[in-house]
Amino acid sequence: MLGLNAKDFRLLLLVTILVVFAPVFLNPFPVDSAMAQFNAGYPDLMQRFVIFGIFAIGFNILFGLTGYLSFGHAAFLGTGSYAAVWMLKLLTINVLPAILVSTIVAGLFALLIGFVSLRRSGIYFSILTLAFAQMAFALAASVLTSLTGGETGLQTALSDPRILDGAAAVAGNIPAPSLFGYEMRATTTMRFGDWAFTLNLGYYLAGAFMLAAFYLSIRITRSPFGMMLRAIKSNQQRLNYTGLNTKPYMLACFVISGMYAGLAGGLMAAMDPLAGAERMFWTASGEVVVMTILGGVGTLIGPVLGAGLIKYMENIVSKINEATLHSWFAFLPDGMEDAVVALIYPFIGKGWNLTLGIVFMLVVIFLPGGLVQGGQKIAGLFRRKKSAEASTKAQTPAE
Amino acid sequence: MDAIILQTLNGLDKGSAYALIALGLTLIFGTLGVVNFAHGALFMIGAFCAVTLQKILTLSHTVIDETRTDFLGNPMKVDVPYIYEWFGESTGNAIIDWSVPLAIILAIPVMIVLGVVMERGLIKHFYKRPHADQILVTFGLAIVLQEIVKYFYGANPIPAPAPDALDGVFDFGAMLGFDANTITYPLWRLVYFLFSAVIICAVFAFLQFTTFGMVVRAGMADRETVGLLGINIDKRFTIMFGIAAAVAGLAGVMYAPINSPNYHMGMDFLVISFVVVVVGGMGSLPGAVLAGFVLGILEAFASMTVVTDFFPGINNIVIYLVAVLILLTRPRGLLGRKGVMED
Amino acid sequence: MGILEIKNVGKRFGGLQALSDVNLSVAEGSVHAIIGPNGAGKSTLLNCLVGKLIPDTGSVTFEGQSVLGRKPYEINQMGISRVFQTPEIFGDLSVMENMMIPCFAKRDGAFELNAYGSMMKDKEIIERAEHMLDDMNMADKRDMHAASMSRGDKRRLEIGMCLAQEPRLLLLDEPTAGMARADTNNTIDLLKHISATRPITIAIIEHDMHVVFSLAERITVLAQGTPLVEDTPDNIKGHPKVREAYLGESSGH
Repeated sequence: MLGLNAKDFRLLLLVTILVVFAPVFLNPFPVDSAMAQFNAGYPDLMQRFVIFGIFAIGFNILFGLTGYLSFGHAAFLGTGSYAAVWMLKLLTINVLPAILVSTIVAGLFALLIGFVSLRRSGIYFSILTLAFAQMAFALAASVLTSLTGGETGLQTALSDPRILDGAAAVAGNIPAPSLFGYEMRATTTMRFGDWAFTLNLGYYLAGAFMLAAFYLSIRITRSPFGMMLRAIKSNQQRLNYTGLNTKPYMLACFVISGMYAGLAGGLMAAMDPLAGAERMFWTASGEVVVMTILGGVGTLIGPVLGAGLIKYMENIVSKINEATLHSWFAFLPDGMEDAVVALIYPFIGKGWNLTLGIVFMLVVIFLPGGLVQGGQKIAGLFRRKKSAEASTKAQTPAE
Repeated sequence: MDAIILQTLNGLDKGSAYALIALGLTLIFGTLGVVNFAHGALFMIGAFCAVTLQKILTLSHTVIDETRTDFLGNPMKVDVPYIYEWFGESTGNAIIDWSVPLAIILAIPVMIVLGVVMERGLIKHFYKRPHADQILVTFGLAIVLQEIVKYFYGANPIPAPAPDALDGVFDFGAMLGFDANTITYPLWRLVYFLFSAVIICAVFAFLQFTTFGMVVRAGMADRETVGLLGINIDKRFTIMFGIAAAVAGLAGVMYAPINSPNYHMGMDFLVISFVVVVVGGMGSLPGAVLAGFVLGILEAFASMTVVTDFFPGINNIVIYLVAVLILLTRPRGLLGRKGVMED
Repeated sequence: MGILEIKNVGKRFGGLQALSDVNLSVAEGSVHAIIGPNGAGKSTLLNCLVGKLIPDTGSVTFEGQSVLGRKPYEINQMGISRVFQTPEIFGDLSVMENMMIPCFAKRDGAFELNAYGSMMKDKEIIERAEHMLDDMNMADKRDMHAASMSRGDKRRLEIGMCLAQEPRLLLLDEPTAGMARADTNNTIDLLKHISATRPITIAIIEHDMHVVFSLAERITVLAQGTPLVEDTPDNIKGHPKVREAYLGESSGH
């Protein structure tokens, strides 16, 4: 189906279902219950899930397939955001041109940076991309301030020309980004008894883009081009002596990956027309690295899972405070309760980054395939158990 | 002329910090072949050694001072650092005042132990894994170390002032024959530069003149052969890691008065230090030191108003610009050797 | 006029004259071995042929075209394939994928941005790769992880990958180094079979005399960076100059 084999198609179908019904899956707790703070089904967060999913999928095309670790991918995210906001300011408040242009601009920027960075590989490549991204950040924050708005950031304003639809704007209001007149922030809430599910246009637009990006990443991975990229990771020397020029393969891959980041940046601007230099800071580059590794580098769905997990922790787990913990462990005797809370508290709530760092290290050390590999291992364990039971029942020797 | 001298001086202290961090990075990279993303965190922990010692020295207990009364007429409660009771008030004050330089004594063993534990406990297992994995695991370690420091010391910078005696300014102009007060320079920065120079010289002397250093240098050139000679190179490399950690830590301790330590200061320096290492030439110790100072001074010059008027913000990107130019024209860096990280 | 012509090639590294005045002609369709004691300049010569080194003097031409200054992939696309001392294959990929890559390189050239097409639906490539695997007697290992195979099988796969590109010249750099006797004999048989069934020229750089004398039709002896003698194996065996060059090393094993 759709040019995919059965297994990949099932995966795509699964991700599609997850995206479409995310507002339901992510709000499993009744609105007024104590657990409601763990509901993640609000538009802002759901948008972030899918947008960072795109970012991570793109990063994974580069790192997962070729093994080239870019530590400056946020530069393309930021460039995409700036390009998109400028389109919203100059051309039209319709988000489609903005998203398109952000992808293209980020691609061109990636072409430039990739051309220089890819002269080196290994550690040099990582450091070069990091240096370029930091340079882009410094340029955006303090040099090209007329283009980027400097520290305050770039946003839409009342005085924007908007060549196509500037006149149509209602006087006195900055128009919100929209898709052919339907605003990105348009939201309806469906109530089922105690449960409420929020459906948001911006989320579904971003989700649609993520599905397209995901589908494309499967196609790329399964294509001859994708195989060449894996061959680069495996043995560059052999590839060179097999008559293949690795340079254009790497550059094309880097540009594609940069375009994914640009698309994510463009979508961010489309959801909230504001772009700041901090989007390019190296911590943002580090974040996408962590997402991809955690979820499972080189796997198709890993980056999406990693992005979701980290954004969930950042927005939900980080809000758990000491009082919440005390209420959870109230059933324990007083002294024990305090001890348990004191033991756990450094790792959640504001300390979630510590947990993240530890989990990240454990994954790098023991689970190079990330959570996806972990899941497969556990599934494999169960399967082996089952088959072992089956074989003993049938009185046949174990394999 | 005086402006040039002033900017050169201004560049020296940052240049010193870059050079020291880059030196440690290069030592680790050259000997172990590992790029240590946690090296900045070691610098940061060094700075927090200064903060910690200051906190320890000012640990107080509350006593009731019968001679004074508060506004209600009750005897006043005052906080007295324990150190007053042991050494008397004036000596106690002097010790607290000199807590930053004293922290060196604390930092050396702490950093060496930390470095050795890091190498034996974690990095050792990554020698045979891809470079990307080494970067990732040390990056994870950097996050963990940062978050631990943040948990104990909070997110805000904590001032760790220099001793009063070294807190003033030094009038360079008068010394060189200019008018008084035209070229002044904070005394502590001068101390920092001299301190760095001593450490750099010490590291080089150590590598140059001791048998240990000779073996390490041989190992940097050709690890396998030295291993075959029956020399336990691994053990020496572990010690080297400890030394590199100590260098980063000392750079951090002494930097604390220049910028109040915060938990993410290490990463801020690390990113630039990587650029320094690459510009100097991967695996070249003199290159790292040279590039550290050159880039520090360049940065200082780029922040002169004459320059920033002409090209606003250039001071923030000059290091990266130079790095790109150098890598395009001399891909091996200023003093890089052939064959190090060629592919 | 041979398929590969090496004329007056010299290469100096600092004070060491690694190659001087090397003249060599490999006849089309022959199996030509280059032997010599350690340090004779065999590897340097090989590196000059595949684009890794550029000699200081002289010329290297393949089918009348110079190979000097070209990148390894360009030289490969000219029709020269190389087998390495330790088998260089794509360890992370399956055996089938390993075989498909040279097939793509043969059909599509040095670069083709085919990021949307499905690899497993490219009938032409799949048929060709399967055919090559059959030829190499490796059809049963089709879906194996290439890195998990034995050294002999890796060598077989590597040679197969080179042949899949239908090169006119196959360069082998000590193809049996570090192999067990049985694997060595298998490799010799394979190369004999290839030479007999295909219109291909084979140049071998080899240390192991057993391999050389079982395979080569012509042998060039290299010593101290320059060719000593070139002759048929029978004449080389008893040649006094060769004995002298190898000193203690017996020429027959």
